[in-house]
Amino acid sequence: MGGLLLSVQSAASQGVLWGIMTLGVFITFRILNYADLTVDGSFALGGAVSAIIIAGGKEPLLSLFVALLAGLAAGAVTGILNTKLKIPAILSGILSMIALYSINLTVMGGKANIAMLGLDTIFVKVQYLLPSSFNRAAESLSVGLAFAVVVITILYWFFGTQIGELIRATGNNEYMVRALGGNTDTMKILGLMISNGLVALSGGLVAQSQGYADVGMGSGAIVIGLASVIIGEVIFGDRFNFYYKMASVVAGSVIYRVIIAIVLRMGLKSTDLKLFTAIIVAVALAIPVIKKPFIKPKIAERKAR
Amino acid sequence: MLKICNLTKVFNIGTINENIVLSDFNLHVKENEFVTVIGGNGSGKTTLLNMIAGVYMPEAGQIVLNGKDITKMPEYKRSALLGRVFQDPMKGTASSMEIIENLAIANRRGMSRGLGWGVKKTEKARFGEYLKLLDLGLEARLHVKTGLLSGGQRQALTLLMATLQKPKLLLLDEHTAALDPKTAAKVLNLTNELVTDNNLTTIMITHNMKDAIRLGNRLIMMHEGKIVFDVTGEEKKNLKVTDLLSRFEGISDRMLLSN
Ligand SMILES: Nc1ncnc2c1ncn2[C@@H]1O[C@H](COP(=O)(O)OP(=O)(O)O)[C@@H](O)[C@H]1O
Ligand SMILES: [Mg+2]
Repeated sequence: MGGLLLSVQSAASQGVLWGIMTLGVFITFRILNYADLTVDGSFALGGAVSAIIIAGGKEPLLSLFVALLAGLAAGAVTGILNTKLKIPAILSGILSMIALYSINLTVMGGKANIAMLGLDTIFVKVQYLLPSSFNRAAESLSVGLAFAVVVITILYWFFGTQIGELIRATGNNEYMVRALGGNTDTMKILGLMISNGLVALSGGLVAQSQGYADVGMGSGAIVIGLASVIIGEVIFGDRFNFYYKMASVVAGSVIYRVIIAIVLRMGLKSTDLKLFTAIIVAVALAIPVIKKPFIKPKIAERKAR
Repeated sequence: MLKICNLTKVFNIGTINENIVLSDFNLHVKENEFVTVIGGNGSGKTTLLNMIAGVYMPEAGQIVLNGKDITKMPEYKRSALLGRVFQDPMKGTASSMEIIENLAIANRRGMSRGLGWGVKKTEKARFGEYLKLLDLGLEARLHVKTGLLSGGQRQALTLLMATLQKPKLLLLDEHTAALDPKTAAKVLNLTNELVTDNNLTTIMITHNMKDAIRLGNRLIMMHEGKIVFDVTGEEKKNLKVTDLLSRFEGISDRMLLSN
């Protein structure tokens, strides 16, 4: 039982760290209405950038900041491919993702992974600040929550500003935005930048928490992000304000990790995890279609009465 | 005010589907003119408005608005000068955003957007006053998402949004065509009020000949990308629907003869 508790605890802390990435996916998928596949590449980019900087003996916080900037740049490239060069959204993301694979290897000096064992990661640094009763998972969770609160607060402010409002409107109705003088290309690029910036920040945090960066650490990240967004929405619903919505997206990421921890304990092979995740997302996205035949008979029933 | 000279628009250029919609098209609209436009399906009415708005770039010709050559200006920049209402009520507002947010975005047409609050406190009272003009009770529903409004309510709101910042030119493309007759009449009356009260230079496409005669002070009939009839003043006021119909028939007859 204690083992389960511990694995749930560490799942929760992973969930919050990955939750920052989920916020990025939420921005493109839900706000901008854009299926952005850059994510797999920009997540690993964040990990790679952060690890190489820490391996060079620099501040972990600085490494996260540079990871964020790198993610912004990756998002800008996808946005320019899509808006200026008119490459379809999905393909723009795939192109960036593939290109990033090579770029990430280059960032890591040609190696497929970089270890940070024994080096000062942000998680090592906070040990001195937190109560000594905290275990590793609790430390991770504290760091993750601190980042999540700061990120959500900034996003909440930003999407209430004139530019943020225009990004939301662009995801909703491009005709209207252009008719009212908004540059939809710029708004899409901005949205993709912010999204991938957060994804890379999350990649940096996850790399530091696991103690290494790996060139393949982002593979499947987009699907995990989508699963988390959908789980959050299904469980917490469309209620209250935007702050609540973003918090539920991070909570969705935590619940996803907990579900994974439980099914692994129940005997699912870890090699089957991606298949499992893909099925969750497919089922969740298909819910409106699956529901229909069940709803219709009900209406017929009511009419018959 | 608006000068369109020798404008040419060809769709699918260089393919078997090549379609010359406007060729050497000319139109001058004076300040405060309210032009109604009629014409058969596919005669190029929507394309004309889209060219003025910058949705498509022309193959040749020039568009000058308010003394400024806007021929090559991108759509979003031209919007500083233009108010637009589309035929499709879904196109005019952002459905998952609140009425007040839609108004706030419209209120910043032609201005730069920064990191200030999207909806300012001072705007709220002003928007409420504006919404009262519509007489639809929307002033009490500022925080309702526009997706929950009916097509007519949306078109009325879009009209208000298009004129919140006075446009140099208002472009209306069959903006009541998707509405039921009663709602259409209401939105049309509102249009007339807004245009006359604010002295807006306006081009309004309509499929209803009665409306085209009743509203505005100039009427244009288009056929195959050309203006085939253009009247103002008393002559326009005294037009009858039958006059317009016989003009339509005259064109079709001539077409038959020339074929
Ligand atoms: N985006 C487009 N691509 C190709 N052809 C178009 C496009 N828009 C309009 N057309 C063509 O231009 C012609 C005029 O259309 P339109 O301006 O919509 O006519 P109207 O509004 O008078 O009914 C039609 O033949 C139409 O098929
Ligand atoms: Mg049309």
